[in-house]
Amino acid sequence: MTPKLTQRIAFSALFLITAAVIVPVLTVIVIIIREGAPAMTWEFLTQMPRSGMRAGGILPAIVGTFYLVLGAVLFALPLGLFAAIYMSEYSKDNWLTRLIRLAIINLAGVPSVVFGLFGLALFVGFFKFGASIFSGALTLGVMILPVIITSSREALGAVPKSFREVSISLGATKLQTIKYAVLPHALPGILTGTILGIGRAAGETAPILFTVAAFYLPRLPESVFDQVMALPYHLYVLSTQVPNVDAKVRYGTALVLLAIVLLMNLVAILIRSYYRSRKKW
Amino acid sequence: MSNRRLKEKIVEALVRASGVASILIVSLIFVFLLKEGARLFFTVRPAAFLTGTSWYPISEPPDFGILPLILGSLLVTLGAAVIAIPLGIAAAVFIAEVAPGRVKEVLKSGIELLAAIPSVVLGFIGMVTIVPWIKDTFHTPTGLTAFAGSILLAFMALPTIVSIAEDALHSVPRAYKEGAYALGATHWQTIYRVVVPAAASGIVAAVMLGIGRVIGETMAVMMVTGNAASMPRGLLAPVRTLTATVAAEMGETVQGSDHYFALFAIGIVLFLITFVINMIADIFLHRKRR
Repeated sequence: MTPKLTQRIAFSALFLITAAVIVPVLTVIVIIIREGAPAMTWEFLTQMPRSGMRAGGILPAIVGTFYLVLGAVLFALPLGLFAAIYMSEYSKDNWLTRLIRLAIINLAGVPSVVFGLFGLALFVGFFKFGASIFSGALTLGVMILPVIITSSREALGAVPKSFREVSISLGATKLQTIKYAVLPHALPGILTGTILGIGRAAGETAPILFTVAAFYLPRLPESVFDQVMALPYHLYVLSTQVPNVDAKVRYGTALVLLAIVLLMNLVAILIRSYYRSRKKW
Repeated sequence: MSNRRLKEKIVEALVRASGVASILIVSLIFVFLLKEGARLFFTVRPAAFLTGTSWYPISEPPDFGILPLILGSLLVTLGAAVIAIPLGIAAAVFIAEVAPGRVKEVLKSGIELLAAIPSVVLGFIGMVTIVPWIKDTFHTPTGLTAFAGSILLAFMALPTIVSIAEDALHSVPRAYKEGAYALGATHWQTIYRVVVPAAASGIVAAVMLGIGRVIGETMAVMMVTGNAASMPRGLLAPVRTLTATVAAEMGETVQGSDHYFALFAIGIVLFLITFVINMIADIFLHRKRR
């Protein structure tokens, strides 16, 4: 066998394997869209569930997920962005910085169900917030913190050093430099990371299992200390806990959840490619 | 002027506090797992907890042996690794080295898409596709098996493995490849004799992080593995993982009971496993840069 032939065989094999990875992904998405589309009616999106979740809509789960994600971002974005600014602009290469870096790496690797346990012990139990939007949002916020820190730090690090030098040489203080010469250029990257964090928070189930998610609660929350239904948990409940659910309702719920998550990712990709094409340095 | 300097100081203190907060949060996670989980060990010896072969948390007297759960997690993870590692590395090589520009971007977006799909959605799809397929193909009494979990988890590990391995392959210095070409090697010879070995530690890190993700994954695995909390009897039998046990049982426990503490103790085990895996992966990632 000549080297050329070997190469052709090897590349074909690699291509087939890559296709075997990508094709199922597209298949999953196509199946959910095809089977879920018939369920997409105005009633489904805007009404309370009825007859033990077998009929009616999924409004409380949509609203619940919205509140949870909003709360998670309100907690994680300022904290994560500040932490990223510290690491990129202030910290020196010392033990503290290394420890912070280590903490972020580990935080990113903690299993989602362990975040759930943490939220249960700290927010629900210790702080006595109970199973509530507040506890769930904080738990999700902690979970997406490493996503936001890592992407913000990368975005800040990608701003050329010369921008800072020019600003300082013009007499700006460090804070002014960060505010006017660094942050504006890092904004698209920070935004992208935040949106990816939102997508992740919207889709996770395990962290909200014991901190907020209600099995069946056909009304809208009135305060942040209420329990709520949430889309991912609702899909889990429909698929495994409730017998004789019309498949349409399951696929419909999966489609709404998938649509939210993929839309977030699409927006993130668009922002990234838009700013990449406009980048001047 | 001093007012401005004060403001600078305050902001610096604030951002430093935010940075330190991540250390605090990781410590808090461990402390609170320990605070609740350690109380199990007033009544159950740690050795009996880790090596006990029966998990009957609500019988009288209860049994809190998590060996079947550990083995369940290991079996499912091993199955997923066998599928995901070769596929992931091959796909990474194809994307980094072979695919032309436009195709490359499309493939990378496809991998990102896979990473974005929530695990509960994958679990649901697994229940309606993989589970019946296994039942029909292997004539098992139920399709809810370790094998179903392995297939699903392989897909959840793939985005991590592909993207990090692709990064590692991509950062191999151009001069290495040019050297190989100059010696008359074909593109393929260059890939498997020069590029892949040069990226080896990054690829190992990719595999470790993928496995870390698999061990910690909860919802998808809970939905398709059948959750039988007995010693695993092979890939084509139902199993119960550590994560699924916590997720499935926490809702039914009484706070402050031994069962409640035992689930936190499982949390400690999970936390430590992923901690070690992430540390090892980080060491390999760093070795690459040297």
